[in-house]
Amino acid sequence: MDKMKFENHYMKQFDEELEEIRTRLMEMGGKVEQQLQNAVRAVIEADSQLAEDVIKEEQLVDNMEVDIDEACILIIARRQPAASDLRLVMMVTKAVNDLERIGDEAKKIANHAVILASEDGTSKGYTEVRHLGQSVVTMLGNALDAFARFDVDAAMRTIEEDNQIDLDYKTALRELVTYMMEDPRSIGRVLNVLWVVRSLERIGDHAKNLCEQIVFVVKGKDIRHQ
Amino acid sequence: MNEANLATPAAAANAEKVEAKIEVKLDAKQNLEVADDQVTVGQCFTDAPKMTMRNVNVFYDDKQAIHNVSIDIAQNEVIAMIGPSGCGKSTFLRSLNRMNDTVESCRVEGEICMDGEDLYAPKLDVVELRARVGMVFQKPNPFPKSIYDNVAYGPKIHGLADTRVDLDEIVENSLRRASLWDEVKERLHQSGTGLSGGQQQRLCIARAIAVSPEVILMDEPCSALDPIATAKIEELIEELSENFTIAIVTHSMQQAARVSHRTAYFHLGRLIEVNPTEQVFTMPEHELTEAYITGRFG
Repeated sequence: MDKMKFENHYMKQFDEELEEIRTRLMEMGGKVEQQLQNAVRAVIEADSQLAEDVIKEEQLVDNMEVDIDEACILIIARRQPAASDLRLVMMVTKAVNDLERIGDEAKKIANHAVILASEDGTSKGYTEVRHLGQSVVTMLGNALDAFARFDVDAAMRTIEEDNQIDLDYKTALRELVTYMMEDPRSIGRVLNVLWVVRSLERIGDHAKNLCEQIVFVVKGKDIRHQ
Repeated sequence: MNEANLATPAAAANAEKVEAKIEVKLDAKQNLEVADDQVTVGQCFTDAPKMTMRNVNVFYDDKQAIHNVSIDIAQNEVIAMIGPSGCGKSTFLRSLNRMNDTVESCRVEGEICMDGEDLYAPKLDVVELRARVGMVFQKPNPFPKSIYDNVAYGPKIHGLADTRVDLDEIVENSLRRASLWDEVKERLHQSGTGLSGGQQQRLCIARAIAVSPEVILMDEPCSALDPIATAKIEELIEELSENFTIAIVTHSMQQAARVSHRTAYFHLGRLIEVNPTEQVFTMPEHELTEAYITGRFG
């Protein structure tokens, strides 16, 4: 539906600069999505090598954040963007922040994956991780798709998904507490799983922020905290 | 849009409005021309207007420069008029104190009132009108006289000062309000044309406010000035708005964004949109406004 076009400026260079921050944000989104997928897989498959890769590559995501932020500051300084252009630039500076935080959470998940893989024990809680992990990966993917197409409807639908994720998170917490009560020896291990689940829930919140910013870019309407 | 996400019915109604607006925009995108029955969008009218303009048309011979413009200017408001070259914003501004009277071929139709008084009434004294509605031009144009005489000229011919002391006071006050006093108090009797461009422009503003106008019209007052002089004038506009009503035509959109309360966008002689300035520069209502302020004309 709403197709935003950031082109046809009197200054062609300006078109290119806006297109570039958009493209680079999408690249960063893709990278973060992959980090998240790998981190969740590393937990479930006890793949410590994959987890190490995620931890190493977090630096890449950090660098992307700094680069994109710099490009945005340059655009503001050079072009004094207004209206939809201004909203896009502001959105991108906020979105890179959310993406970077998602990258951080993925790294935390990977850290826990290394610990979980290094010790034997129960795989209790993995079902919860797999289930919530799938939902969160899908939600992040939907958010990035909505951004690529500036699709407000898709963004609003994706925001809804966060409610389900919050519910699933609470259910998972209850399950994990039950495991710990049933078998106190598993507490240390299940706590690690609990942190993973917690990170996944946080990622859902960041994906929701992304969607709210998409609505802001297209409609100029701030729907946060409503 | 998914209604479930919107907490209140009011929010939902709002969202629908936004929805409708976007669709209009998409239609307009096909075509940057203006329809003949173009209606101004936004907030053209105010509760306590200083000046009211209704269905104003301005012609140069057969050519129509302003089409059916209706707008209010509120008391103590700073209103900015923006738009591409030739859009009619200066023509409209000049019709507010009948500067267009001096142009032979120019004809103004419609209603232009200040405090309810028709400014185009045949009996109206135009010289007195221009004291009540002062004007500052693009290029600083001090008289080739001393700084003192530049400011004193208006009060003298309008009989605003009975004594030399009164006149001295008006001159000092006006120069102070124009933030020029400290720079020129030692050389009041040197020529006004010897000042820098920025100082000359502030001298012209002092000259305009010396006759205690109610409204000040500014036609690109900073376009011949450097950034520092521009900043001084902008700061001055802010201060002056406490006592005067100001309408400013500017080519600098950042300037409009900085100094004005409302912004009016003109396009091909039509008033397209009037809205609070912060809205115009973040979420303009009309597609044409958006295209202009984001630099998509060409």
